[in-house]
Amino acid sequence: MSDVVLEVSGVSRTYYDDKKNAVEALRDIGLTVSRGEFVTFIGSSGCGKTTLLRLIAGLDEPQSGKLLLYGMEISGANPNRGYVVQQGGLFPWLSVWDNIAYGLKVRGQYRKHKADVAKYVRLIGLEGFEKSFPHQISGGMAQRVAIARALINEPELLLLDEPMGALDSFTRADIQDKLLELHRESGATMLLVTHDVDEAIFLSDRIFIMTPRPGKIKHILRVSIPHPRHRGGVDFFSLRRDILEQLELASAMPQPEYKI
Amino acid sequence: MSLLDTPLWEVVKGSFAAEVWDKIAPAVFETLYMTAIASLITLVFGLALGILLTVTNPDGLLPLKMFYNLSGWLINILRSLPQMVMIILMIPVARVLFGKSYGTNPCMVAIAACCIPMYARIVESSILEISKGKIEAAKSMGSTNTQIIVRVLLPETLPSLIRGFTVAIIAVLSMTALAGMFGAGGVGDIAVRFGYQRFQHDVLFAAVYVLIALVQIIQFCGNFASKRIIKKRNLI
Ligand SMILES: Nc1ncnc2c1ncn2[C@@H]1O[C@H](COP(=O)(O)OP(=O)(O)O)[C@@H](O)[C@H]1O
Ligand SMILES: [Mg+2]
Repeated sequence: MSDVVLEVSGVSRTYYDDKKNAVEALRDIGLTVSRGEFVTFIGSSGCGKTTLLRLIAGLDEPQSGKLLLYGMEISGANPNRGYVVQQGGLFPWLSVWDNIAYGLKVRGQYRKHKADVAKYVRLIGLEGFEKSFPHQISGGMAQRVAIARALINEPELLLLDEPMGALDSFTRADIQDKLLELHRESGATMLLVTHDVDEAIFLSDRIFIMTPRPGKIKHILRVSIPHPRHRGGVDFFSLRRDILEQLELASAMPQPEYKI
Repeated sequence: MSLLDTPLWEVVKGSFAAEVWDKIAPAVFETLYMTAIASLITLVFGLALGILLTVTNPDGLLPLKMFYNLSGWLINILRSLPQMVMIILMIPVARVLFGKSYGTNPCMVAIAACCIPMYARIVESSILEISKGKIEAAKSMGSTNTQIIVRVLLPETLPSLIRGFTVAIIAVLSMTALAGMFGAGGVGDIAVRFGYQRFQHDVLFAAVYVLIALVQIIQFCGNFASKRIIKKRNLI
Protein backbone atom coordinates (compact mmCIF):
# COMPACT_ATOMS: atom_id res chain seq x y z
CA MET A 1 0.00 0.00 0.00
CA SER A 2 1.57 3.26 -1.06
CA ASP A 3 1.30 6.60 0.66
CA VAL A 4 0.36 5.47 4.13
CA VAL A 5 -1.05 8.41 6.11
CA LEU A 6 -1.97 6.70 9.34
CA GLU A 7 -0.42 3.67 10.91
CA VAL A 8 -1.82 2.24 14.12
CA SER A 9 -0.11 -0.76 15.68
CA GLY A 10 -0.71 -2.70 18.86
CA VAL A 11 -2.82 0.03 20.41
CA SER A 12 -4.62 -0.79 23.66
CA ARG A 13 -6.61 1.50 25.90
CA THR A 14 -8.16 0.41 29.18
CA TYR A 15 -10.36 2.65 31.30
CA TYR A 16 -10.90 2.27 35.00
CA ASP A 17 -14.29 3.18 36.40
CA ASP A 18 -15.03 4.53 39.89
CA LYS A 19 -14.83 1.07 41.43
CA LYS A 20 -11.48 0.42 39.71
CA ASN A 21 -13.04 -2.10 37.37
CA ALA A 22 -11.09 -2.31 34.14
CA VAL A 23 -12.94 -1.66 30.88
CA GLU A 24 -10.87 -2.76 27.93
CA ALA A 25 -12.05 -0.19 25.38
CA LEU A 26 -9.45 -1.23 22.79
CA ARG A 27 -7.17 -4.25 22.62
CA ASP A 28 -4.26 -4.56 20.22
CA ILE A 29 -5.62 -2.47 17.38
CA GLY A 30 -3.61 -2.41 14.18
CA LEU A 31 -4.52 -0.71 10.93
CA THR A 32 -3.19 1.48 8.17
CA VAL A 33 -5.00 4.10 6.14
CA SER A 34 -3.75 5.39 2.80
CA ARG A 35 -3.81 8.91 1.54
CA GLY A 36 -7.19 10.05 0.27
CA GLU A 37 -8.99 7.00 1.54
CA PHE A 38 -12.46 7.09 3.07
CA VAL A 39 -12.71 4.49 5.82
CA THR A 40 -15.54 3.72 8.19
CA PHE A 41 -15.57 2.12 11.62
CA ILE A 42 -18.78 0.31 12.39
CA GLY A 43 -19.83 -1.65 15.43
CA SER A 44 -22.25 -1.71 18.31
CA SER A 45 -22.20 0.91 21.00
CA GLY A 46 -19.26 0.53 23.39
CA CYS A 47 -16.86 -1.23 21.05
CA GLY A 48 -14.31 1.56 21.34
CA LYS A 49 -14.96 3.58 18.17
CA THR A 50 -14.89 6.93 19.94
CA THR A 51 -11.88 5.86 21.99
CA LEU A 52 -9.98 5.00 18.81
CA LEU A 53 -10.87 8.29 17.12
CA ARG A 54 -9.88 10.31 20.18
CA LEU A 55 -6.52 8.53 20.25
CA ILE A 56 -5.95 9.41 16.60
CA ALA A 57 -7.04 12.99 17.31
CA GLY A 58 -4.43 13.15 20.06
CA LEU A 59 -7.01 13.91 22.74
CA ASP A 60 -6.14 10.75 24.65
CA GLU A 61 -3.14 8.45 24.96
CA PRO A 62 -2.94 4.66 24.62
CA GLN A 63 -1.46 2.47 27.34
CA SER A 64 0.50 0.59 24.74
CA GLY A 65 1.10 0.65 21.03
CA LYS A 66 1.89 3.34 18.51
CA LEU A 67 -0.04 5.80 16.38
CA LEU A 68 1.90 7.29 13.49
CA LEU A 69 0.88 10.06 11.14
CA TYR A 70 3.20 10.02 8.14
CA GLY A 71 5.62 8.06 10.30
CA MET A 72 5.62 10.64 13.10
CA GLU A 73 4.23 9.70 16.48
CA ILE A 74 0.94 11.42 17.30
CA SER A 75 1.08 13.40 20.52
CA GLY A 76 -1.51 15.99 21.46
CA ALA A 77 -4.21 17.58 19.34
CA ASN A 78 -3.22 19.32 16.13
CA PRO A 79 -5.17 21.03 13.35
CA ASN A 80 -3.71 18.53 10.90
CA ARG A 81 -6.23 16.12 12.37
CA GLY A 82 -9.73 17.62 12.23
CA TYR A 83 -12.21 16.19 14.72
CA VAL A 84 -15.98 16.46 14.35
CA VAL A 85 -18.33 15.19 17.06
CA GLN A 86 -21.95 14.13 17.01
CA GLN A 87 -23.60 17.27 18.34
CA GLY A 88 -23.03 20.56 20.09
CA GLY A 89 -19.49 21.10 18.91
CA LEU A 90 -20.21 24.54 17.43
CA PHE A 91 -19.60 27.68 19.46
CA PRO A 92 -23.04 29.21 20.13
CA TRP A 93 -21.63 32.73 20.61
CA LEU A 94 -20.07 32.79 17.13
CA SER A 95 -21.83 33.18 13.81
CA VAL A 96 -21.55 30.55 11.06
CA TRP A 97 -18.80 32.62 9.47
CA ASP A 98 -16.85 33.04 12.70
CA ASN A 99 -17.25 29.37 13.59
CA ILE A 100 -15.72 28.38 10.27
CA ALA A 101 -13.01 31.05 10.57
CA TYR A 102 -12.08 29.98 14.12
CA GLY A 103 -9.17 27.74 13.16
CA LEU A 104 -7.68 30.40 10.86
CA LYS A 105 -8.02 33.05 13.55
CA VAL A 106 -6.32 31.12 16.33
CA ARG A 107 -3.43 30.32 14.03
CA GLY A 108 -3.16 33.89 12.79
CA GLN A 109 -4.03 32.94 9.21
CA TYR A 110 -7.35 34.73 8.94
CA ARG A 111 -6.22 37.84 7.03
CA LYS A 112 -4.36 35.81 4.47
CA HIS A 113 -7.01 33.13 3.96
CA LYS A 114 -10.25 35.03 4.39
CA ALA A 115 -11.32 33.82 0.96
CA ASP A 116 -11.19 30.24 2.23
CA VAL A 117 -14.02 30.96 4.64
CA ALA A 118 -16.21 32.11 1.76
CA LYS A 119 -15.15 29.05 -0.21
CA TYR A 120 -16.20 26.66 2.53
CA VAL A 121 -19.45 28.51 3.15
CA ARG A 122 -20.18 27.95 -0.53
CA LEU A 123 -19.02 24.33 -0.52
CA ILE A 124 -21.41 23.43 2.28
CA GLY A 125 -24.21 25.37 0.62
CA LEU A 126 -24.74 27.92 3.39
CA GLU A 127 -24.42 31.15 1.42
CA GLY A 128 -26.70 33.73 2.98
CA PHE A 129 -26.37 32.15 6.43
CA GLU A 130 -22.91 33.55 7.24
CA LYS A 131 -24.28 35.86 9.92
CA SER A 132 -26.66 33.33 11.45
CA PHE A 133 -25.92 31.83 14.84
CA PRO A 134 -25.88 28.07 15.41
CA HIS A 135 -29.33 28.08 17.02
CA GLN A 136 -30.81 29.76 13.96
CA ILE A 137 -29.89 26.99 11.54
CA SER A 138 -31.06 23.37 11.30
CA GLY A 139 -29.18 20.42 12.79
CA GLY A 140 -28.06 19.33 9.35
CA MET A 141 -26.69 22.77 8.52
CA ALA A 142 -24.93 22.89 11.89
CA GLN A 143 -23.14 19.63 11.15
CA ARG A 144 -22.07 20.94 7.75
CA VAL A 145 -20.61 23.96 9.51
CA ALA A 146 -18.82 21.66 11.95
CA ILE A 147 -17.29 19.73 9.03
CA ALA A 148 -16.28 22.91 7.19
CA ARG A 149 -14.77 24.29 10.40
CA ALA A 150 -12.45 21.28 10.58
CA LEU A 151 -11.69 21.14 6.83
CA ILE A 152 -10.61 24.78 6.60
CA ASN A 153 -7.44 23.82 8.49
CA GLU A 154 -6.64 21.51 5.57
CA PRO A 155 -6.16 18.47 7.81
CA GLU A 156 -4.36 15.32 6.70
CA LEU A 157 -7.10 13.38 8.44
CA LEU A 158 -10.71 14.29 9.04
CA LEU A 159 -12.08 12.32 11.99
CA LEU A 160 -15.86 12.14 12.10
CA ASP A 161 -17.50 10.63 15.18
CA GLU A 162 -21.09 9.85 14.22
CA PRO A 163 -21.55 13.32 12.76
CA MET A 164 -24.94 12.33 11.41
CA GLY A 165 -26.09 10.31 14.40
CA ALA A 166 -28.62 12.88 15.55
CA LEU A 167 -30.11 13.72 12.16
CA ASP A 168 -33.20 12.43 10.36
CA SER A 169 -32.65 10.18 7.36
CA PHE A 170 -33.32 12.83 4.70
CA THR A 171 -30.81 15.26 6.18
CA ARG A 172 -28.43 12.39 6.67
CA ALA A 173 -28.52 11.41 2.98
CA ASP A 174 -27.97 15.05 2.11
CA ILE A 175 -24.88 15.29 4.31
CA GLN A 176 -23.56 11.99 3.00
CA ASP A 177 -23.63 13.44 -0.52
CA LYS A 178 -21.97 16.59 0.76
CA LEU A 179 -19.29 14.59 2.53
CA LEU A 180 -18.39 12.73 -0.66
CA GLU A 181 -18.21 16.02 -2.51
CA LEU A 182 -15.95 17.50 0.17
CA HIS A 183 -13.84 14.35 0.10
CA ARG A 184 -13.31 14.76 -3.64
CA GLU A 185 -12.70 18.51 -3.38
CA SER A 186 -10.33 18.55 -0.43
CA GLY A 187 -8.56 15.26 -1.01
CA ALA A 188 -8.51 14.78 2.78
CA THR A 189 -8.33 11.28 4.18
CA MET A 190 -11.54 10.65 6.08
CA LEU A 191 -12.23 8.34 9.02
CA LEU A 192 -15.86 8.04 9.92
CA VAL A 193 -17.50 6.33 12.89
CA THR A 194 -21.06 5.23 12.31
CA HIS A 195 -23.56 2.61 13.34
CA ASP A 196 -25.47 2.89 10.09
CA VAL A 197 -24.58 0.06 7.70
CA ASP A 198 -25.96 1.83 4.61
CA GLU A 199 -24.02 4.96 5.41
CA ALA A 200 -20.82 2.94 5.68
CA ILE A 201 -21.39 1.26 2.31
CA PHE A 202 -22.42 4.46 0.60
CA LEU A 203 -19.33 6.40 1.68
CA SER A 204 -16.39 4.10 2.27
CA ASP A 205 -13.53 2.59 0.39
CA ARG A 206 -13.02 0.26 3.32
CA ILE A 207 -15.15 -0.70 6.29
CA PHE A 208 -13.64 -1.77 9.62
CA ILE A 209 -16.06 -3.92 11.56
CA MET A 210 -15.47 -3.72 15.30
CA THR A 211 -16.62 -5.90 18.20
CA PRO A 212 -16.87 -4.90 21.86
CA ARG A 213 -15.39 -6.11 25.15
CA PRO A 214 -12.58 -5.91 24.39
CA GLY A 215 -12.82 -3.52 21.43
CA LYS A 216 -11.19 -5.17 18.46
CA ILE A 217 -11.25 -4.93 14.69
CA LYS A 218 -12.94 -8.11 13.61
CA HIS A 219 -13.01 -7.75 9.88
CA ILE A 220 -12.08 -5.36 7.08
CA LEU A 221 -14.27 -5.10 4.02
CA ARG A 222 -13.36 -3.37 0.80
CA VAL A 223 -16.20 -1.62 -1.01
CA SER A 224 -15.47 -1.58 -4.70
CA ILE A 225 -18.78 -0.25 -5.97
CA PRO A 226 -17.91 2.72 -8.21
CA HIS A 227 -19.16 6.21 -7.35
CA PRO A 228 -21.80 7.53 -7.67
CA ARG A 229 -23.29 4.70 -5.65
CA HIS A 230 -26.94 3.85 -5.77
CA ARG A 231 -28.45 3.41 -2.32
CA GLY A 232 -30.86 0.79 -3.68
CA GLY A 233 -28.40 -1.10 -5.91
CA VAL A 234 -28.05 -4.89 -5.91
CA ASP A 235 -24.35 -4.90 -4.98
CA PHE A 236 -25.31 -2.60 -2.12
CA PHE A 237 -27.59 -5.28 -0.70
CA SER A 238 -25.13 -8.13 -0.90
CA LEU A 239 -22.55 -6.06 0.95
CA ARG A 240 -25.14 -5.06 3.48
CA ARG A 241 -25.87 -8.70 4.14
CA ASP A 242 -22.17 -9.47 4.63
CA ILE A 243 -21.78 -6.67 7.13
CA LEU A 244 -24.90 -7.58 9.06
CA GLU A 245 -23.66 -11.14 9.31
CA GLN A 246 -20.29 -9.94 10.54
CA LEU A 247 -22.07 -7.82 13.13
CA GLU A 248 -24.17 -10.88 14.00
CA LEU A 249 -27.30 -8.91 13.37
CA ALA A 250 -28.45 -10.70 10.24
CA SER A 251 -30.83 -13.17 11.81
CA ALA A 252 -32.23 -10.72 14.31
CA MET A 253 -33.17 -8.34 11.50
CA PRO A 254 -36.42 -8.89 9.64
CA GLN A 255 -35.91 -9.79 6.01
CA PRO A 256 -36.57 -6.81 3.74
CA GLU A 257 -39.99 -6.99 2.18
CA TYR A 258 -39.09 -6.73 -1.45
CA LYS A 259 -40.61 -8.68 -4.28
CA ILE A 260 -38.31 -8.91 -7.24
CA MET B 1 -36.78 61.46 65.39
CA SER B 2 -36.90 58.32 67.47
CA LEU B 3 -39.41 55.50 67.54
CA LEU B 4 -39.23 55.78 71.34
CA ASP B 5 -41.23 59.01 71.38
CA THR B 6 -42.68 59.34 67.87
CA PRO B 7 -45.25 57.14 66.14
CA LEU B 8 -43.96 54.90 63.33
CA TRP B 9 -45.82 56.83 60.66
CA GLU B 10 -44.25 60.12 61.69
CA VAL B 11 -40.77 58.58 61.64
CA VAL B 12 -41.38 57.15 58.17
CA LYS B 13 -42.56 60.56 56.97
CA GLY B 14 -39.58 62.22 58.64
CA SER B 15 -37.16 59.84 56.94
CA PHE B 16 -37.92 61.56 53.64
CA ALA B 17 -37.05 65.00 54.97
CA ALA B 18 -34.32 66.97 53.20
CA GLU B 19 -32.06 67.36 56.23
CA VAL B 20 -32.01 63.60 56.73
CA TRP B 21 -30.84 63.10 53.15
CA ASP B 22 -28.27 65.83 53.51
CA LYS B 23 -26.74 63.79 56.31
CA ILE B 24 -26.87 60.59 54.28
CA ALA B 25 -25.71 61.79 50.86
CA PRO B 26 -21.95 61.79 51.58
CA ALA B 27 -22.27 58.35 53.14
CA VAL B 28 -24.05 57.04 50.05
CA PHE B 29 -21.15 58.20 47.92
CA GLU B 30 -18.71 56.54 50.29
CA THR B 31 -20.65 53.30 50.01
CA LEU B 32 -20.77 53.53 46.24
CA TYR B 33 -17.04 54.21 46.13
CA MET B 34 -16.20 51.30 48.41
CA THR B 35 -18.54 48.96 46.59
CA ALA B 36 -17.20 49.92 43.17
CA ILE B 37 -13.54 49.56 44.08
CA ALA B 38 -13.98 46.38 46.12
CA SER B 39 -16.16 44.84 43.37
CA LEU B 40 -13.55 45.64 40.77
CA ILE B 41 -10.82 44.04 42.89
CA THR B 42 -13.08 41.04 43.44
CA LEU B 43 -13.80 40.76 39.72
CA VAL B 44 -10.17 40.90 38.63
CA PHE B 45 -8.67 38.63 41.26
CA GLY B 46 -11.68 36.34 41.62
CA LEU B 47 -11.81 35.76 37.88
CA ALA B 48 -8.09 35.14 37.68
CA LEU B 49 -8.12 32.76 40.63
CA GLY B 50 -11.22 30.94 39.34
CA ILE B 51 -9.62 30.45 35.93
CA LEU B 52 -6.36 29.27 37.51
CA LEU B 53 -8.32 26.77 39.59
CA THR B 54 -10.06 25.26 36.55
CA VAL B 55 -6.93 25.25 34.43
CA THR B 56 -4.79 23.54 37.08
CA ASN B 57 -7.55 21.05 37.95
CA PRO B 58 -6.33 17.44 37.50
CA ASP B 59 -8.70 17.23 34.50
CA GLY B 60 -7.89 20.75 33.31
CA LEU B 61 -5.85 22.22 30.49
CA LEU B 62 -2.64 22.37 32.51
CA PRO B 63 -2.88 20.08 35.53
CA LEU B 64 -0.81 21.36 38.43
CA LYS B 65 -1.81 19.33 41.42
CA MET B 66 0.25 21.21 43.98
CA PHE B 67 -1.02 24.63 43.00
CA TYR B 68 -4.59 23.39 42.67
CA ASN B 69 -4.64 21.79 46.11
CA LEU B 70 -2.87 24.70 47.77
CA SER B 71 -5.15 27.39 46.36
CA GLY B 72 -8.23 25.28 47.01
CA TRP B 73 -7.12 24.90 50.60
CA LEU B 74 -6.44 28.64 50.98
CA ILE B 75 -9.83 29.52 49.50
CA ASN B 76 -11.60 27.18 51.88
CA ILE B 77 -9.84 28.73 54.86
CA LEU B 78 -10.74 32.26 53.79
CA ARG B 79 -14.30 31.20 53.08
CA SER B 80 -14.75 29.64 56.49
CA LEU B 81 -14.18 32.97 58.28
CA PRO B 82 -17.33 35.00 58.96
CA GLN B 83 -17.27 38.49 57.48
CA MET B 84 -16.96 40.27 60.81
CA VAL B 85 -14.10 38.06 61.96
CA MET B 86 -12.36 38.79 58.69
CA ILE B 87 -12.68 42.55 59.24
CA ILE B 88 -11.28 42.30 62.74
CA LEU B 89 -8.49 40.04 61.53
CA MET B 90 -7.57 42.48 58.78
CA ILE B 91 -7.14 45.43 61.12
CA PRO B 92 -3.52 44.52 62.02
CA VAL B 93 -2.86 43.47 58.42
CA ALA B 94 -4.07 46.86 57.21
CA ARG B 95 -1.80 48.58 59.68
CA VAL B 96 1.13 46.86 58.00
CA LEU B 97 -0.13 47.64 54.49
CA PHE B 98 -1.47 51.18 54.85
CA GLY B 99 0.11 52.38 58.07
CA LYS B 100 -3.28 52.79 59.73
CA SER B 101 -5.92 50.34 60.78
CA TYR B 102 -8.90 52.65 60.52
CA GLY B 103 -10.86 53.95 57.54
CA THR B 104 -12.03 52.94 54.11
CA ASN B 105 -8.95 51.30 52.58
CA PRO B 106 -8.24 48.82 55.37
CA CYS B 107 -11.82 47.65 55.25
CA MET B 108 -11.51 47.11 51.54
CA VAL B 109 -8.72 44.61 52.20
CA ALA B 110 -11.10 42.64 54.39
CA ILE B 111 -13.87 42.85 51.80
CA ALA B 112 -11.55 41.59 49.09
CA ALA B 113 -10.29 38.77 51.31
CA CYS B 114 -13.88 37.64 51.78
CA CYS B 115 -15.31 38.17 48.32
CA ILE B 116 -12.44 37.10 46.06
CA PRO B 117 -12.54 33.45 47.20
CA MET B 118 -16.32 33.44 46.89
CA TYR B 119 -16.28 34.76 43.32
CA ALA B 120 -13.39 32.45 42.43
CA ARG B 121 -15.54 29.46 43.40
CA ILE B 122 -18.45 30.78 41.35
CA VAL B 123 -16.17 31.22 38.33
CA GLU B 124 -14.71 27.76 38.84
CA SER B 125 -18.08 26.02 38.97
CA SER B 126 -19.34 27.89 35.88
CA ILE B 127 -16.32 26.92 33.82
CA LEU B 128 -16.41 23.30 34.98
CA GLU B 129 -19.86 22.98 33.43
CA ILE B 130 -18.63 23.59 29.89
CA SER B 131 -18.95 20.49 27.75
CA LYS B 132 -15.65 18.79 27.06
CA GLY B 133 -16.58 18.52 23.39
CA LYS B 134 -16.24 22.25 22.82
CA ILE B 135 -12.84 22.41 24.47
CA GLU B 136 -11.65 19.41 22.47
CA ALA B 137 -12.96 20.93 19.24
CA ALA B 138 -11.03 24.10 20.03
CA LYS B 139 -7.90 22.06 20.76
CA SER B 140 -8.12 20.14 17.52
CA MET B 141 -8.40 23.41 15.58
CA GLY B 142 -5.04 24.51 16.90
CA SER B 143 -5.92 26.71 19.89
CA THR B 144 -3.30 27.33 22.53
CA ASN B 145 -4.36 27.09 26.16
CA THR B 146 -4.58 30.87 26.43
CA GLN B 147 -6.77 30.99 23.34
CA ILE B 148 -9.02 28.32 24.81
CA ILE B 149 -9.44 30.44 27.95
CA VAL B 150 -10.05 33.71 26.13
CA ARG B 151 -11.97 32.46 23.10
CA VAL B 152 -13.91 29.52 24.52
CA LEU B 153 -14.13 29.34 28.31
CA LEU B 154 -14.88 33.02 28.95
CA PRO B 155 -17.42 33.65 26.14
CA GLU B 156 -19.15 30.35 26.87
CA THR B 157 -19.59 31.13 30.56
CA LEU B 158 -20.18 34.87 30.22
CA PRO B 159 -23.86 34.78 31.27
CA SER B 160 -23.14 32.81 34.43
CA LEU B 161 -20.03 34.87 35.16
CA ILE B 162 -22.22 37.97 35.08
CA ARG B 163 -24.87 36.42 37.29
CA GLY B 164 -22.17 35.30 39.71
CA PHE B 165 -20.64 38.76 39.70
CA THR B 166 -24.03 40.22 40.61
CA VAL B 167 -24.10 37.97 43.67
CA ALA B 168 -20.56 39.07 44.49
CA ILE B 169 -21.35 42.81 44.22
CA ILE B 170 -24.28 42.40 46.58
CA ALA B 171 -22.06 40.53 49.02
CA VAL B 172 -19.51 43.36 48.76
CA LEU B 173 -22.24 45.93 49.40
CA SER B 174 -23.52 44.14 52.48
CA MET B 175 -19.99 43.85 53.76
CA THR B 176 -19.33 47.58 53.28
CA ALA B 177 -22.29 48.19 55.58
CA LEU B 178 -20.72 45.91 58.17
CA ALA B 179 -17.37 47.56 57.68
CA GLY B 180 -19.07 50.86 58.52
CA MET B 181 -19.06 49.70 62.13
CA PHE B 182 -15.27 49.60 62.02
CA GLY B 183 -14.68 53.07 60.73
CA ALA B 184 -15.07 52.51 57.03
CA GLY B 185 -17.78 55.15 56.72
CA GLY B 186 -20.67 54.77 54.34
CA VAL B 187 -24.29 53.87 54.88
CA GLY B 188 -23.44 51.22 57.47
CA ASP B 189 -21.64 53.80 59.57
CA ILE B 190 -24.71 56.07 59.37
CA ALA B 191 -26.95 53.25 60.50
CA VAL B 192 -24.77 52.58 63.54
CA ARG B 193 -24.09 56.17 64.52
CA PHE B 194 -27.58 57.59 64.06
CA GLY B 195 -29.86 54.58 64.20
CA TYR B 196 -28.15 52.70 67.02
CA GLN B 197 -26.27 55.19 69.13
CA ARG B 198 -28.53 58.27 68.84
CA PHE B 199 -31.89 56.68 68.22
CA GLN B 200 -32.45 58.82 65.12
CA HIS B 201 -34.60 56.23 63.45
CA ASP B 202 -35.58 58.44 60.54
CA VAL B 203 -31.95 58.47 59.43
CA LEU B 204 -31.76 54.70 59.94
CA PHE B 205 -34.81 54.23 57.73
CA ALA B 206 -33.32 56.37 55.00
CA ALA B 207 -30.16 54.25 55.12
CA VAL B 208 -32.29 51.14 54.73
CA TYR B 209 -34.02 52.59 51.65
CA VAL B 210 -30.67 53.29 50.06
CA LEU B 211 -29.44 49.74 50.62
CA ILE B 212 -32.66 48.21 49.28
CA ALA B 213 -32.57 50.43 46.20
CA LEU B 214 -28.90 49.64 45.52
CA VAL B 215 -29.42 45.89 45.72
CA GLN B 216 -32.44 46.12 43.41
CA ILE B 217 -30.52 48.14 40.85
CA ILE B 218 -27.50 45.82 40.93
CA GLN B 219 -29.69 42.73 40.60
CA PHE B 220 -31.68 44.27 37.77
CA CYS B 221 -28.57 45.22 35.80
CA GLY B 222 -27.02 41.77 36.30
CA ASN B 223 -30.16 39.95 35.21
CA PHE B 224 -30.62 42.25 32.25
CA ALA B 225 -27.08 41.76 30.98
CA SER B 226 -26.99 37.99 31.34
CA LYS B 227 -30.49 37.58 29.87
CA ARG B 228 -29.55 39.62 26.84
CA ILE B 229 -26.59 37.39 26.09
CA ILE B 230 -28.57 34.22 26.69
CA LYS B 231 -31.33 35.46 24.43
CA LYS B 232 -28.89 36.34 21.70
CA ARG B 233 -27.67 32.75 21.79
CA ASN B 234 -31.21 31.49 22.19
CA LEU B 235 -30.33 29.33 25.14
CA ILE B 236 -33.70 29.88 26.80
N1 LIG C 1 -13.74 8.15 30.06
C1 LIG C 1 -14.12 6.87 30.23
N2 LIG C 1 -14.06 6.30 31.45
C2 LIG C 1 -14.42 5.01 31.64
N3 LIG C 1 -14.88 4.19 30.66
C3 LIG C 1 -14.98 4.71 29.42
C4 LIG C 1 -14.60 6.07 29.14
N4 LIG C 1 -14.82 6.31 27.82
C5 LIG C 1 -15.27 5.16 27.32
N5 LIG C 1 -15.37 4.19 28.26
C6 LIG C 1 -15.80 2.79 28.05
O1 LIG C 1 -15.04 2.26 27.01
C7 LIG C 1 -15.83 1.50 26.13
C8 LIG C 1 -15.73 2.05 24.73
O2 LIG C 1 -16.31 3.34 24.69
P1 LIG C 1 -16.44 4.19 23.34
O3 LIG C 1 -15.12 4.29 22.71
O4 LIG C 1 -17.12 5.45 23.69
O5 LIG C 1 -17.40 3.28 22.47
P2 LIG C 1 -18.26 3.62 21.17
O6 LIG C 1 -17.88 4.97 20.70
O7 LIG C 1 -17.90 2.54 20.20
O8 LIG C 1 -19.69 3.53 21.57
C9 LIG C 1 -17.25 1.56 26.69
O9 LIG C 1 -17.47 0.36 27.41
C10 LIG C 1 -17.22 2.74 27.59
O10 LIG C 1 -18.12 2.56 28.66
MG1 LIG D 1 -19.07 6.71 20.40
